[in-house]
Formats: sequence, structure tokens, C-alpha cells
Amino acid sequence: MHPERWVQVRPEGLYVVPGDFYVDPVRPVDRAVVTHGHSDHCRGGHGAMLATEATLAIAAARLGEGMAPSRQAAAYGEMVRIGEVDVTLYPAGHVLGSAQVLMEHQGGRIVVSGDYKRRADPTCTGFEPVPCDVFVTEATFGLPVFRHPPIEEELRRLLHSIELFPERCHVVGAYTLGKAQRLIVELRRAGWDRPIYVHGALAAMNELYRGFGIELGELRPATAGVKGEPRRELEGAIVIAPPSAIADRWARRLPDPVICQASGWMRVKQRAKQGGIELPLVISDHADWDELLQTLDEVGAPRVWITHGREEALQYAARKRGFGAEALRLVGYDEEGS
Amino acid sequence: MKPFSELLDRLLYAPARTSKLALLEDYFRTVPDPDRGFGLAAIAGTLSLRVAKSGVIRELVAERTDPELFHWSYDFVGDLAETAALMWPEHQADRDWPHLSEVVVAMDELPRGQLTKQIAAWLDTLDATGRWALLKLATGSLRVGASAGLARAALARYGKVEPALVEEAWHATAPPYLDLFAWLDGRMPRPEIAHAPVFRPLMLAYPLDDEQAQRLDLAEYSAEWKWDGIRVQVVAVRGQVRLYSRTGDDVGPAFPEVVERVRFEGVLDGELLVARGGEVASFNDLQQRLNRKAVTPAMLQDYPALVRLYDILFDGEEDLRGLPFLERRERLEAFVARERPEGMDLSPLIPDSGLDELDRMRRSAREGGTVEGLMLKRKDSLYVPGRPKGLWWKWKRDAHLVDCVLMYAQRGHGKRSSFYSDYTFGAWQDGPDGEELVPVGKAYAGYTDEELKLLDRWIRDHTIERFGPVRAVEPRLVFEVAFDSIHPSSRHKSGVAMRFPRIARIRWDKPAAEADRLATLIDLMA
Repeated sequence: MHPERWVQVRPEGLYVVPGDFYVDPVRPVDRAVVTHGHSDHCRGGHGAMLATEATLAIAAARLGEGMAPSRQAAAYGEMVRIGEVDVTLYPAGHVLGSAQVLMEHQGGRIVVSGDYKRRADPTCTGFEPVPCDVFVTEATFGLPVFRHPPIEEELRRLLHSIELFPERCHVVGAYTLGKAQRLIVELRRAGWDRPIYVHGALAAMNELYRGFGIELGELRPATAGVKGEPRRELEGAIVIAPPSAIADRWARRLPDPVICQASGWMRVKQRAKQGGIELPLVISDHADWDELLQTLDEVGAPRVWITHGREEALQYAARKRGFGAEALRLVGYDEEGS
Repeated sequence: MKPFSELLDRLLYAPARTSKLALLEDYFRTVPDPDRGFGLAAIAGTLSLRVAKSGVIRELVAERTDPELFHWSYDFVGDLAETAALMWPEHQADRDWPHLSEVVVAMDELPRGQLTKQIAAWLDTLDATGRWALLKLATGSLRVGASAGLARAALARYGKVEPALVEEAWHATAPPYLDLFAWLDGRMPRPEIAHAPVFRPLMLAYPLDDEQAQRLDLAEYSAEWKWDGIRVQVVAVRGQVRLYSRTGDDVGPAFPEVVERVRFEGVLDGELLVARGGEVASFNDLQQRLNRKAVTPAMLQDYPALVRLYDILFDGEEDLRGLPFLERRERLEAFVARERPEGMDLSPLIPDSGLDELDRMRRSAREGGTVEGLMLKRKDSLYVPGRPKGLWWKWKRDAHLVDCVLMYAQRGHGKRSSFYSDYTFGAWQDGPDGEELVPVGKAYAGYTDEELKLLDRWIRDHTIERFGPVRAVEPRLVFEVAFDSIHPSSRHKSGVAMRFPRIARIRWDKPAAEADRLATLIDLMA
């Protein structure tokens, strides 16, 4: 049967009719399949939730054990039948546990990719192209101006800045789940073996990542300090904090901080300037423009549905490449932490 | 080109002067000649390249990118050069960065048609930041928040020498500044400045408050009017004439009549004013002549410039800076009597007077805008560059005070970056729906650290809207704003512009409705 007949866009999210479930619903539903643990894709209050083991652990840590009474973990590549639909999760390379959802029904194959990236990330399994009839893709960075430089290059700039301002503290805004841990691991790979200071909001996810066998090295809390007194030990140190904390009162207690932000949006100078960022680092957990197109080519689905982001440009470029491309205009997914 | 593009990129985001200095110093230390000299020139604005028009960027983009995708991208990014730099097709394998010096030389020598092709070829080898820097350089619009003065301060730090020495040597050299760096690296003596029309760093004055005035031994000081123009240094050496501003920028091109009339040899210190028939006009008239690229005959006619002299540094090649002020004054008077410089006159000394008399004169310097107050100079003061303690004082007339209402607050920079420390305030006027506020000025100073914290909290608690780093607040908090003078301005919605506004007091107690009206401010104009 044609995929358009059995998948619908509803206010709750993408609804799969023959399985009676939603993918990444933005409102509480009876049955949900969740691609990854970021809060705009993974919300609480569902009756039943299917996801990878890591995503379920992340959801429990963020939303509490009561987030869904019935939980089912699926390994990558393990087929699970829901109603009349065969569901298989494949790695998406976005954050720990992130998955694409392959849905098969009466010979038709749809893949919902969730958020994904194509760069190697030591904290999660890499994206795998899955052949299908319809590929549902994000378009967060769906403009040709977005091209993420190699992460080594961005970290080189960060480390050079630390050499240049040894008496200042470099505080890097990074999303609590995924970006922060990837940054820590990549810093270790770049040779930064000193303790890394982390904002309290990161503690739970760091522990969780460690529980899944990801080495983060020595982390120290950046929040415990004498009130009003900058901590001397933070001079020359790297502090990682949620983006919301770096430009606000919290950052005042750091010694003359160089405000950095790790995000794909940092590519655009006005964005960085508006945020009061002194050192923008273009580090993203999403596919950039070239990778979005590369992925469409590799997956080779004749039809492409675009969920959230800058869908017009991607739709235009996909059509020029011969794909049937439509924007689904799903609402409720935000750009935070991109 | 890579270090240069990274420097520009970081300067663009660096809020604090100290950070910018450190970035520049690092650049001078790590980049070899002649690239660092060209980078310095690009930042100081002394690199006179033939610049490409933005049309060249559009042309290049049209050849290499899809027009539809360009349209969406430009719409999102908002800057032509940046959009082009970001979306330029990339082949990382071919990275082979050109040197900045190659770029500068080629831009100077290649015919226009070839230059466009060459720019495209360079773009193919650079990364996004490199492409952005190249396009900004090629279109002559760097604008990264660094000035020639900042660059020279960084040079002084780099070479660990007195800033005044760099200031002087600067004007004796040219891009790529090989001799300047050779001197700073200790490989050569300082570039020869004896026969070059170089800027001599100025001697500056401290502001004097009433309490300090009481303690001065007035017999030691000579008084004169403080003119409300801009400080200039007239330098004439072997037929070469320069008119330097107080920061050492050559403002001669904006005042060609002053330069052309110079027949003497020497270095003079004075105030540049607009004067008609010996009558000095207000600062606002002078403003019409500042920052103009082209000078029209009408402007020369309507706003004729005058230099009012108050000091002499060199008479011919004779350095007078080691003489006491009164002796220099005698030499200045003799100089003016001898040379009769056209378009210049002497700033008169005020006969020795008591404190009360001086205070009365200072206060009488009202609007009309030609005098800002008094200068008190120690009679025995040598001409010392910089702001030596206790030698020269500026004793300004009292500031105006008005009550204004806080409208917008913006996060500050550096140590203040997490505080809302920059304030836009308004005055009341009649609007279509009754009384409304119109912004009349912006202040960054005048409050204590303790007050800053209180203001920051108040702003966070009374925000009604946010635009990036700016918050609009409820119109409830009154500032007593002090400013030196106020002038008509077509660039401001209110039609007025204040000079040196600062916050005198925070009137936590005063109801906003009782703040001043725009009409009151307009009445304060000359």
C-alpha cells in the first residue's frame, strides 16, 4: 500500500495508522516510538514507548521513571512488530542511543531518520543508510551556508585561545545531552587531559554516558564556589555549561570568561554576535547541507519527506536531484542544541 | 591569509580592548614579514587597495551557485560577502592558502577583469573564514572593531616600548612596515623621523572637579579658554603638511584649506574650529565638516575652518618640548608674529585671577557652544606626551541635568558581559495615543558597581520584550542624566544628540510621568 495512505501528520506528530502509534509525538499518546532522548523528540506521558535501551535510560533520567508505564527496548537491527507494522531501529549518529525508525507494511518501507549526523562521533554509533521508498529527513541546517568544519579544527581554535588567554576561563555552551559529552571525549582525543569543569545540569547525563562505557576523564563541578568570588583554579580551564547558562548570572563567578558556544548556528556571524559569543565553535550534531544531500543520494529513496528546519531550500535541491520531495510541516521540534 | 582571517574573525567577536590587544600581539609574534605588516595595514586602514564593488561578489556567486539557493541563504544570513563566503562550493583537498602579501600585491597590480578571476581562484583554496576575510578585504569593508590606535597600542605591547615612541615612528613608515617591525624586534634602530611629517603624541589634561580646584595653587597655573572644537596638531616639515587629530589620524583631507595655507615649518598644537569673520561657531557647525570624504566648495564657504593655536612643539626643526609652558608660549607668540599663519590665530591667555573669578568665568561658558570651560596649565610644565599627573587640568562648565526614563537595556562587554549595563533612555512627547517616550540618548557610565547590580536586577524583573542582547523594560525608572551639551541631529528620531551623556543619579523615587519632556531638551540647545 502507498505510504501516504498509512502515515499521517496529526497535531500529536507523525501517526502510523496500521500500527496505531506515533513517531516522536509532541503530545502524550498511547503508543510512541522515540528516535532519541532530546526533549523535543522525547516527551513524557505516553502509555507505551519503544526506543533503544540508551534512549529509554535517557528518558527515565530526564523525565523520571513514570514517563511511560510500558517500555520496550529494541536493539539496532532488531525487528519488532507493532500492530501490522514491522519496526526496526537503525543508528542515526546524532547522540547516544539515537535511531532511525524503519517501518515496513505491506511491502512499503518508510524510514523516519529523526535527527542525524554523518560525522564520526565517538559517543554514539554512526548513521547507517537504510534503503526505503520514503525517507523522512530533518532539515535543521537545510541551507548551503551550513557546512560544518572538521571538529579537530574547531577544537584547535579553542585550545589556541586558551594558550592566548591563560588567565581567563573558557566556558563553552553545549547542549546537556550529547553535545557536551562528545565535546569532552573529543577534547580528550585532542590531548586535553586536565580536569574539565562542568555545570551541575550536565552531571546526570555525564554519569549516564559513563554507564554506557564512554570514558570522559576527570570532571569537576564548576558550580561549587564561594559566592561572588571567582575561582582561581578555573583560570586557564575549560568549563562546559548549557547554552542558557553561559551568558547569564551563572557565568559571572567564573574568572573573566571567554564565552564560547558549540553549535552549528555559530557558522553565521550575526547569530554568534547576538548571543554575545566571543569564540563561536561550529560543532553540530546534525547533518550539514552537503551531508543532507549526500544522505538523500545514499539512501536513494524516490520520495523524501522533510520534517523540521529550513525545508524550502532542501525541498528545492532534492527536487532538482530528481527526488519527489515534500515538506511535512511538523510542528513542535525546536532548534535548541543544534 | 589563514592567520589573518582568523585574527579578523576573533577581533570581530572580542568585546574587550585587552582581548583585542592580545590577539593582535599574538598575530605580530607568530606571522612573518611581510604578511604581518600587510595585516597591520589592513586593520589600521592604511592599506589603500583598489576595492572591488559588491557587484563583483554577485557576479562570482552567480557563476558558482544556484540563484534560488543563494536567495534563501542571503535572506537568512543578511550579509552579501558572508553569504558568498559560506556557500561557496568547497573542495577541501585543494587547500593551498595564498599569503596575504600575494593577495595584496595582486589586488594592486592585476587588471580588473583578471582580478575577478583571481578572486574566484583564491576562494577555491580558502575555508569559510578565509573566504569571508578575502571578500571583506577586496570590498574594503573590514569593520571588525579595531582601529589604527588599537593596532599601534598592540605594537607597543609587542615591542615592549612606550606607546609614544610607536606613535611617532608609525608616521615615518609605510606598509608592510618592515623597518617598524625590525625596530620592535630589536634588529634595527627606530625608523628615522627627523625629516618626516610625523605625529607627535599629545600632552593631555586631567578633568578637574571643584574640590580639587580648591587645593590648586593657582599662582603656579596659567589659565585659558577650553574651546569646543577638535584638538589638532599641525605638522609642516620640508614642505609636507599634515593635520593630525588627537589620535594621530590625518584629518587633512577633510580640511584642505587649512593644509594649503601652511607656509611655515614646525609643529603646532591647537583647536580646530569653524569661524565666520573671526566669530567662532558651535561644535555642531564643525560637525558638518567631520568624517566627510568629499569636501564641496559650498562647505568651505559655509563652514570655514580656523585653527586656534595654544602650543608649539617645534619651531622649524628646533624641538621646544623641553621648555616650560610659559617659555613655549613666548615662542608661540613670536612664531605667530613672524609667520602670520593664514587661517590661524592665538588662543588668548586669561590674566592671572583668583579661584572665584575663574570659577565665575568657567560657569559663564554657557551654550552658544564655543567654550567648554577653562584649561589650567602649570607654568613650568614641559610638553610631556600622555596624561602626566597634575600638570594640565581641564575645568569644564557644569553639565546639564535632565530626568529621563529608562527604555532599553543592553548587555555590556568584558567584565560587564553578564550585566545589563548599557542604557537607552527617553523623554516624553505628545504621541497619537497620548504621552509617549522618544529615545534621546544612551549611557554606559556614571553608576557604581553596586548600582549596576541593582539596575541589572530591576531590568530583569521589568522586561517587557527581548531582542537578542537588548531588553525593552517597563517605562518606570527615572535617570538623572548629565551631559555636556546638546545639538540638533537628523540621525536620531528625537532630532537631538547629547554629548557625553552619563547617569548622574538613579531616581528610584521619582515617578516616570514627572520625567522631562523632549521640548525641555530642545530648549537647552544653543
